[in-house]
Amino acid sequence: MTVLDATREMFRRDQVWPFLVDESSAVDVSHNMILYVEGLSVSFDGFKALNDLNLYVKDGELRCLIGANGAGKTTLMDVITGKTQCDQGSVYFGQTINLLQRSEPEIAQLGIGRKFQKPTVFEAHTVFDNLELSLKADKGIWYTLRASLSSEDIDRIDDVLELIGLKEQRFMQAGALSHGQKQWLEIGMLLASDPRLLLIDEPVAGMTAQETERTAELLTSLAGDRTVIVVEHDMEFVRSIARTVTVLHQGTVLAEGTMDEVQNNRDVIEVYLGEEAGEEAGETA
Amino acid sequence: MISLKGLFGEKSAPTAGSLTSGFTSRTTAIVVVVLFATTILASAANLWLSPDSPLYVSTYTITLLGKYLCYALLALAVDIVWGYCGVLSLGHAAFFALGGYGMGMYLMRQIGDRGVYGNPELPDFMVFLNWESLPWYWLGMDQFWFAMLIALAVPGLLAFVFGWLAFRSRVTGVYLSIMTQALTYALMLAFFRNEMGFGGNNGLTDFKDILGFSLQSDNVRVALFAITALMLMLAYVLSHFIMCSRFGRVIVSIRDGEARARFMGYRTERFKVWLFVYSALLAAVAGALYVPQVGIINPGEFSPINSIEVVVWVALGGRGTLYGAIIGAILVNYAKTRFTAIMPDGWLFALGALFVLVTVFLPKGIAGFIEQRVEAMRGDSGSGGDGGSSHKQQNAEGASA
Ligand SMILES: Nc1ncnc2c1ncn2[C@@H]1O[C@H](COP(=O)(O)OP(=O)(O)O)[C@@H](O)[C@H]1O
Ligand SMILES: [Mg+2]
Repeated sequence: MTVLDATREMFRRDQVWPFLVDESSAVDVSHNMILYVEGLSVSFDGFKALNDLNLYVKDGELRCLIGANGAGKTTLMDVITGKTQCDQGSVYFGQTINLLQRSEPEIAQLGIGRKFQKPTVFEAHTVFDNLELSLKADKGIWYTLRASLSSEDIDRIDDVLELIGLKEQRFMQAGALSHGQKQWLEIGMLLASDPRLLLIDEPVAGMTAQETERTAELLTSLAGDRTVIVVEHDMEFVRSIARTVTVLHQGTVLAEGTMDEVQNNRDVIEVYLGEEAGEEAGETA
Repeated sequence: MISLKGLFGEKSAPTAGSLTSGFTSRTTAIVVVVLFATTILASAANLWLSPDSPLYVSTYTITLLGKYLCYALLALAVDIVWGYCGVLSLGHAAFFALGGYGMGMYLMRQIGDRGVYGNPELPDFMVFLNWESLPWYWLGMDQFWFAMLIALAVPGLLAFVFGWLAFRSRVTGVYLSIMTQALTYALMLAFFRNEMGFGGNNGLTDFKDILGFSLQSDNVRVALFAITALMLMLAYVLSHFIMCSRFGRVIVSIRDGEARARFMGYRTERFKVWLFVYSALLAAVAGALYVPQVGIINPGEFSPINSIEVVVWVALGGRGTLYGAIIGAILVNYAKTRFTAIMPDGWLFALGALFVLVTVFLPKGIAGFIEQRVEAMRGDSGSGGDGGSSHKQQNAEGASA
């Protein structure tokens, strides 16, 4: 290639220089997969919370993770969101983005939102402020010092308020909400941030039957445009939303498939029936 | 017993919630007006009334007021990191003292050949130590603008480096507080040493002029007081805007749930570092204004107990409200002036007792008490013509009740 060609190549107007391409924001889902978790192991003081775990999640899927207490569901979410370091394995967001190299804020800015097991909203702020802080926007210091709400932002917040049914409470302090309302607010904060992938840890804990139903509706409606991974104990709830269910047991995937497949899986029956039998024995004793 | 947990802001009262309401803007206006009026009245009463007049304000009182306002600015600085961000700094006196030393160095150079040894270049203590020439870090300190730049840059940089190291390694709570105490203690020991070139034990004193004006004159004293009041007002208004911005709300979010804020995409350590630097700069300004008014700066200003005292002022006034810090600083220091005149040795005990009493009976400090009264009054008068903002406030209160 001559110097002239090289120069032309360099100044092509239909392309951006490679070092200027913002690779952080573009998730490459060309193989229709949004999350690759391979050979993941995490141990706490020798105890293996995750043990060679593999999980692949399709773009736009709604996936349920189930498993007994201590199976490692929350730990898995911790690793994906950058909270916990793993010992081994890889976690990729799309084809190109290695999540293990990124910090929590970076991962959040990539479009991975998370709802915690214990509802955590900012109690000193109003409902509105909680949503405002969650908006998908520049999270830098200089920007936040001068940020003001555009009318689209306000519309977006209003939409979310409508969706989570907290319109009346918009200027109420989040600390004054009921437990269920806090759960909803947290889901609303997730929605306001417009994430690509949502990780939702036990969303219906402490909700009434009616609220649970609404949550199920909401989560199903989200899937498609977004990818949703839900951890839940409530089997009725899981049955009502899930197409694919992954069963975790002692830090590894025990089974994967539709709810019926999973329920008829021998390993699962063994583990679960064994446990339930044990529990029943414990209760009657 | 008093729970230590609250001290570190892990789970604190929802004071900042009122930020978004009209309440805070109104208090800011009140604070600025009161400060302004007091400054004008006190200055006029000193300059234009005869000493026989019953309304005359002595120059001693003016200087005392100026000193209180410096303390108020320092308290504001501590409140910003502690009350709003849950970072309990027990080392803010270090930034205050560094700002003070910057000003002190300038004032030393202003003495010129009027010192005891009559050396036009060297301050007396250097002549006494048989030093031949000025150390490099004293060069340029005879220029006011340069000295002020240094007086801000050094504490600012120190706060940046300290904050960067501490917050990036996610040191929080008690450990952070202990580190800040260690910081100020180490600086105190360093400044006590004669070889450091800051006057050792005696510090810097015997100042004569500032910008060529005699520090003894009434006009200069009044001017210093007025400038202090002005800086406090500016700092207050600026802090008000910072805390009302989205940045300020992120700061409060970090106080109440740092991990959560991180998962929302905020690089919390950077927010904390810059808030810490801002706060250190306010403390440095306070220190620089303090020194010409009291006429001395020595390593005692770095002593760990000083930083702790500031925290007590803020706790008494009500942390997480800007005006609370100011009220606390002024009231406690007024009490200190009164008390030490009667019983010089008893002050620390009195302060401790006061702290315990307020923590038990007024957990949100004086500001919390005031807000409660205001709410009660509003409740009595019904939702009057105050518009939406007070309505919001009531809504929130009613729901939490
Ligand atoms: N930070 C930690 N330190 C030590 N052990 C932990 C930590 N986090 C989780 N574990 C352990 O790892 C196991 C998996 O926990 P977790 O992922 O929370 O389970 P699940 O969410 O499926 O109920 C549990 O036995 C728990 O005690
Ligand atoms: Mg869990």
